[in-house]
Amino acid sequence: MARLTIKGVSKSFGTGFAVNDVSLDVEDGELVCLLGPSGSGKSTLLRMIGGFERPSAGEILIDAKDVTRLPPERRPTGMVFQSHALWTHWNVFDNIAFGLRLRRRPRAEIRERVEQALAMVGLADYGQRMTTQLSGGQQQRVALARSLVLEPKILLLDEPFASLDQHLRERLREEVKDIQSRLGITTLFVTHGQDEALALADRIVVMRDGVMEQVAPPDVIYRAPRTEFVASFIGSMNFIRVTVEEGIGRHEDLTLPVPVADGPAVLGIRPEALSLTPSERPRAGRVHRSIDFGTHKLVDIDLLDGTRMKAMMPPETQVPRGLRVELGVSAFHVFRDGAQVYQAGARGSETERRVSHA
Amino acid sequence: MSAIPHRPVSSAAPRIAKPFDWAGLVFAILLTLVIAVPLLVVATWAFTEVWRYPSLVPQKFGLRFWSQTLSRADVWEALFLSLRLTAVVTALSAVICLPAAYAFARLKFPGRNLLFLSFLASHAFPKFGLLVAIAGIFLHLGLISTFWGVVLIQLVGTLMLMIWVPVAAFQAVDRRMEEAARDAGAGPLRVFWSITLPQAGPTIAAAVLLTFVGTFYETEGAWLIGAPQVRTMPVLMISFINNQLVVQYGAVLSVMLWLPSFLALIFARRIVGTGAFARGFGA
Ligand SMILES: Nc1ncnc2c1ncn2[C@@H]1O[C@H](COP(=O)(O)OP(=O)(O)OP(=O)(O)O)[C@@H](O)[C@H]1O
Ligand SMILES: [Mg+2]
Repeated sequence: MARLTIKGVSKSFGTGFAVNDVSLDVEDGELVCLLGPSGSGKSTLLRMIGGFERPSAGEILIDAKDVTRLPPERRPTGMVFQSHALWTHWNVFDNIAFGLRLRRRPRAEIRERVEQALAMVGLADYGQRMTTQLSGGQQQRVALARSLVLEPKILLLDEPFASLDQHLRERLREEVKDIQSRLGITTLFVTHGQDEALALADRIVVMRDGVMEQVAPPDVIYRAPRTEFVASFIGSMNFIRVTVEEGIGRHEDLTLPVPVADGPAVLGIRPEALSLTPSERPRAGRVHRSIDFGTHKLVDIDLLDGTRMKAMMPPETQVPRGLRVELGVSAFHVFRDGAQVYQAGARGSETERRVSHA
Repeated sequence: MSAIPHRPVSSAAPRIAKPFDWAGLVFAILLTLVIAVPLLVVATWAFTEVWRYPSLVPQKFGLRFWSQTLSRADVWEALFLSLRLTAVVTALSAVICLPAAYAFARLKFPGRNLLFLSFLASHAFPKFGLLVAIAGIFLHLGLISTFWGVVLIQLVGTLMLMIWVPVAAFQAVDRRMEEAARDAGAGPLRVFWSITLPQAGPTIAAAVLLTFVGTFYETEGAWLIGAPQVRTMPVLMISFINNQLVVQYGAVLSVMLWLPSFLALIFARRIVGTGAFARGFGA
């Protein structure tokens, strides 16, 4: 329903920047996940969009209208707080009705819309409960209903499912995604969980120290990370130091064609891109342990230089502890000074083409 | 003490399988006795005409002293004056202090800490000295022996409680709740009225109540500034006790003085509810 434009926004709290020169365009109806380690400025960015913090620099536009200086009550945004922030002196019904009452809607309409909202989050009979008599997940859903009932143009969710168990989290995630796409609400979603981001997002923003490291769709983030940080943060990635000489990257256990300038580099290899073959070489890596996840096995290998690699194997593979193995690599990334300089492998090159199109 | 016979009951408690809180019961009874016995004695005195040692109960009950006390015009005058005075002081104090407390709790402004300290400082010095100084100023302003003079002096006395306690109450309100209300479309004033005040409500109600009761029984300021024209109930009681040593006069008046605090308590229970009220003191 609305387009959000963030132009060169920064925020400093006196000591350094919490958010540093962030620019982002969120399309109508798009769901963007903000992902990043603790303290990377995700909440601060969200709070600036909601109007709870004033940016130190830059501007925020909603549908091309500058809202940078507007207070929260005059912005078409709705925020769901990590701590729920339900009003404990009112019951569930009054919590959800408050915003509608402020808008002076007729009584009958308020009743109808609140009941609709409650039904939407699966709490149809809970209107008369006090909020303190609800479980954490129910409170979370009330907080969601409270924001959704006002039909915000832009929905801001700050780690809304942080306090929930895995099961409930997945269910609510589906619900939010359903509601969001049904109503076409432009949504920003802060999360710590990369699986959550991968499952929900149209695009993911990876943040680090107040800076955006990469903005891209989930598959691109996963398969074509632009920096070593993004690669390490999304999914699991093996990193291994190599020396490049005349287009060949060398490590005791690996030799790969790496067409970059000579010098040291870091190879990034996903566990699923590694294959293992038994080896007689005395200095080959040894299997440390293997964990059976049912659908696959995750094998830890200790290389002689102390690097630990993770390889994903089919579940029927037998890899006894202590077995010496050679590594095979089907796809890899090459990083230098934190940034990706080269990428090879079937799936990788596919995405590479997509990136260059975008 | 009469509570001693209860002891064996409590020591027998561990053998009883049912989880009945004997210790709690004994404690409640003890507390009731400690609070109720003096009140009972005073109340009995108020309805006594003859009670000589060593009799346990009075020889003669009667309402003679009540009719004597209640027939005095100055008693009624003092009672209504006291109620009026206390209501005005409490209301003024709330109007002045609650916004100030909110400002102290939420807003950042230069000199905030100094100002807050100066509010509390009025209670850090010997009170009577301060009163005498103020009386000097009031004399100059022609406020001595006037209703508003007493209002002013008593108002000063309420400031500390009415600032300190609400500041703590406001600070305890979750900021995210206020932000969520702003987000829903409420302006700052509406947020204060609909969210902050009700959230801090029980504690603030407790502060208002204590202020009301405390002001009602305040004597130093009332006497120093009010005498001789403005005579509040406690001031009158003191003069009764000083002038004639009949126990019953004092007893009757003190029973009458329970009235406002009793009313205030009932009122408090109605608006706050016992559970929330207790929570307010804990906050
Ligand atoms: N009100 C504030 N005053 C001072 N510093 C602040 C304030 N709010 C945030 N910061 C700082 O700004 C930085 C970013 O904080 P922010 O809350 O945005 O991180 P985050 O990415 O949301 O982290 P988390 O995942 O832990 O919630 C942190 O270093 C934090 O200490
Ligand atoms: Mg945060």
